[in-house]
Amino acid sequence: MTITFILDALITVIGITTPILLAATGELIVEKSGVINLGVEGMMLVGAIAGFAVTFETGNPWLGILIAMVSGAVAASIFGVMVLSLGANQVATGLALTIFGIGLSSLIGSNYVGIAIDPLDSPFPDTLALDTFWRIVFGHSPFVYFAVFLVLATGFFLNKTRAGLVLRAVGENDFSAHSIGYPVIRIRYLAIAFGGAAAGIAGADFSLVISPLWAEQMTAGRGWIALALVVFAGWRAGRLLAGSYFFGVLMALELYAKASGFAILPSQFWAAMPYLIAVIVLALLSSRDGKGGKAPACLGKPFIPNG
Amino acid sequence: MRLRLEKRLEPSRKMLILTPVLSVVAIMVLGIIIFDGLGYDGPQAVWELFFTPVLDVYKWRDVATKAAPLIIIALGLSLSNQAKIWNIGAEGQYIVGAIAAAGVAYSTQSVTGFWIIPLMVLAGMLAGAAYAAIPAVLRTRYGVSEVLSSLMLVYVSLQLLSYMITGPWKDPNGHNFPQTAQLTAAQILPHDLLGSGIPPGLLVALLAALIFYIIVSCTVFGFSIRAIGEAPHAARYGGFRSDRIIWATLMISGAMAGLAGVFELMQLSRLNLGYPSGYGFTAIIVSLLGRSHPIGVFIAGLVLAITYVGGQVAQTVVHVPNATAGLFQALLLFAILASDLLVRYRIRLSFKGDIAAKRSVA
Repeated sequence: MTITFILDALITVIGITTPILLAATGELIVEKSGVINLGVEGMMLVGAIAGFAVTFETGNPWLGILIAMVSGAVAASIFGVMVLSLGANQVATGLALTIFGIGLSSLIGSNYVGIAIDPLDSPFPDTLALDTFWRIVFGHSPFVYFAVFLVLATGFFLNKTRAGLVLRAVGENDFSAHSIGYPVIRIRYLAIAFGGAAAGIAGADFSLVISPLWAEQMTAGRGWIALALVVFAGWRAGRLLAGSYFFGVLMALELYAKASGFAILPSQFWAAMPYLIAVIVLALLSSRDGKGGKAPACLGKPFIPNG
Repeated sequence: MRLRLEKRLEPSRKMLILTPVLSVVAIMVLGIIIFDGLGYDGPQAVWELFFTPVLDVYKWRDVATKAAPLIIIALGLSLSNQAKIWNIGAEGQYIVGAIAAAGVAYSTQSVTGFWIIPLMVLAGMLAGAAYAAIPAVLRTRYGVSEVLSSLMLVYVSLQLLSYMITGPWKDPNGHNFPQTAQLTAAQILPHDLLGSGIPPGLLVALLAALIFYIIVSCTVFGFSIRAIGEAPHAARYGGFRSDRIIWATLMISGAMAGLAGVFELMQLSRLNLGYPSGYGFTAIIVSLLGRSHPIGVFIAGLVLAITYVGGQVAQTVVHVPNATAGLFQALLLFAILASDLLVRYRIRLSFKGDIAAKRSVA
């Protein structure tokens, strides 16, 4: 195994990790505010088709990413209205959002099947990324740098800023936060919209970089991995960053098992592996941390102020 | 004047029955608007989607065939829903059930006997229950949310299916297609059981609905499920063990999903890559639309089956894309979840606030 092979593999890992890192970062904020949105997969698909369609029609990938972000946030806001204003069950509504996202993206996407576009390139000049080593630093799509920035900024926001403290307070004890005057519902709306925007960008990463085309359900369950990742990370940004690259390695194994002959086990085993490991890790973590880990205390509970 | 929400002391029974009907009507109206907006003939598309399958006698069999797995899975889910256990992974249990039955079929290709079909059914139900036992053990022993674990296992089951039909159980005479060999005559129930024209799966669904009705309304077990779901603390004081309810509802819903998988396998007569059709997910909508009540679930299963069949009709007649049925199912779920508000709250027009406000201004 040569050093180039390892470096190449590393580039692959970084690429396929990015969308789950983006989506998981968004969901981290949502869950920190005390809401669980299971619609990540659906919002990613909406972002993927929106990003692809706009990029294809206008030729401007940046506009595509922007619209993907906005569509993700709009889709999330449907969820927000349902669970925050109408008090609907969060698990069922999140699932509805995923089914909705699958349906809507397939409907819009039926006009775009079989079209390919040029993948979005690195934002840095080519001269910086001449050999494999420098490609690891400068050779990625803009999504990669943005994802790392976003998760670090989110960690800073949650732990070092006053607004982050308020967000956490809302997630830990909504009634207390409400009684000292914080607008619980409005804060949760903002958190949900942020989560949707991040998932929308993650979707655009799929359709503009990872496989620059549209295919039905092209996110292939990665949104659920992102959800597991938030639990896996114990609701902490730093562990989220590390955890997502761990899952990235697992997902890369599938690609390499398909492409090369190193597969001792059938390729389906490698494809199932991230999901299997996610289940096992969830069990190991919760048995170590005691019951439930460090989930925000109000996670999943509706907040209906009296009066 | 403003709208005010007033919590009901008890959920309204009237609204419990009325809201699913209202949701379906609301979605039809919304459908006309959406289709028109997309440039199709809105009223006709909605007509084809919801009414053609009901009015066209030749579509009834299709509706019954699609309704059977939905109802069977949703009946099981209605138990876990009532206990507030979210088995989102019924699709996986459905697939694993079919794989187990296909395994029985694979090893009984050259024999005949009346025992083969019961063995397939048993294998499918056991496999579904065993697959649902994984989230159950994770939840009761490790506190892992059954939502995520059951869902992850769907993706694992898809890979297992793909492996079995491309590897060990691949049909040797299948022109290299990834599929199992066709079931033999001894492995399929006759499509026209008792000369009724009703697919065997739907008869099973009908029988199961009856059994579930008795379980839910006449047994202590049924009562304890509702008690755990609605007032977990009180139920625990009352001596009900929540762990047992989690186990029981997950295993039963898994077994029902497995059962549906077996009948769908008999219906299609082989496993291939097209087998996983999302019935396990749609069944969640069915159980919620049917308000987790066996009769409601049966009707809701027929409604959702109509949208599947109607979706195909609308595709050929009005040329709307294939994905519309899925979109409508999602909208229906949104509507039913939103309308829960009417069950738990009373909406009052309030004038008092206005008067008070005016006075304070004056």
